[in-house]
Amino acid sequence: MKRIQAIFLALVLLASGAAFADVTVPHLDIGKGGHCVNDPKFMKLNHGDLLKHQRTITVHQGVRGRYSLEKCVNCHASRVNNSVLGTDRNFCQGCHVYAAVKIDCFECHSSRPETVSETLTEVAK
Amino acid sequence: MSEELDRRQFLKGSAMLAGLAIAPGMLLYDLAHGRSLNEPASSAVRWGMLIDTNQCESGCDDCVKACNKENGLPGGTRPTDEQWMRKVELKDMRTGKATSLPMMCQHCEEPPCVDVCPTGASFKRADGIVLVDRHLCIGCRYCMMACPYKARSFVHEPLHDQKPDVPRGKGTVESCTLCVQRIDRGENTTACAEACSKAGHKAILFGNLNDPNSEISKRIKTVASTQIRADLGLNPGLHYEGL
Repeated sequence: MKRIQAIFLALVLLASGAAFADVTVPHLDIGKGGHCVNDPKFMKLNHGDLLKHQRTITVHQGVRGRYSLEKCVNCHASRVNNSVLGTDRNFCQGCHVYAAVKIDCFECHSSRPETVSETLTEVAK
Repeated sequence: MSEELDRRQFLKGSAMLAGLAIAPGMLLYDLAHGRSLNEPASSAVRWGMLIDTNQCESGCDDCVKACNKENGLPGGTRPTDEQWMRKVELKDMRTGKATSLPMMCQHCEEPPCVDVCPTGASFKRADGIVLVDRHLCIGCRYCMMACPYKARSFVHEPLHDQKPDVPRGKGTVESCTLCVQRIDRGENTTACAEACSKAGHKAILFGNLNDPNSEISKRIKTVASTQIRADLGLNPGLHYEGL
């Protein structure tokens, strides 16, 4: 009886393991990446709050501080399409599609870093 | 010997520092170069402009073009196109004297657009710049109706490829920001003033009205200037010379 129980337990464990493996986590193109302003785990949870807090200080007091959407985009724009949006592998869109959370930042803010896009258009000319 | 030299250098260095420091924690260098990126805008500064209409050339719109380029505006002139700055040509019918001047947000001390805003999106920054917080703007356009200078525009169409340091979007109101992105970077000039100097007219003088030693303060003190619709008592930050 004990043996059957052990086999059953092993099967359950295997099945749950398989279930975890089936979850498709987004494989993100993090662009240039590099050293972030905070630990990536912390940023994953708190970037929204940080940006919301910073935006008020920046717009109303003119403090261009530590957290800035422009800086996020500068480091994390994909090298393929020079943007944080576009495909489900792009840094912002990839995770937000996965989490089903709509981002409206980029209706006003640029999703491309300025310097690179300028050089790209110069090359295109 | 070397020890003595080090000591001498140290003394020299500290004497220089003491010369720069006018109060604990406050250096002359800070005054000369404006605030740092982490410092909030202060009411010790009031940004303004003095526009010399005698120097402003009729038909020249370099300032408007520079504004459009700096802020990523399309530069259209339909009634629904966004326009932060426009050229106005006036003519006195009795004397025939023609005047040309740039018109934009006058950055009032008592801005009516801020009074009427129902959400607090329209606000005046500590250093006198009147701005729209587009995170809060609901696009009601009360401010556009309240502004005596018709300085504000509404964005009617979805936008793409905005400038990274000038976010703009559909459904919100916008106007001249006195190139706030430049001011926050510590640059002491706006795109329009720069373009006007480049064109050789030097009609736009930008600076700190609160600093008695700034070029703009000195000139306002010595030449006759006026504020447009001064009768409204809004005390605009923009002064016009030769009107």
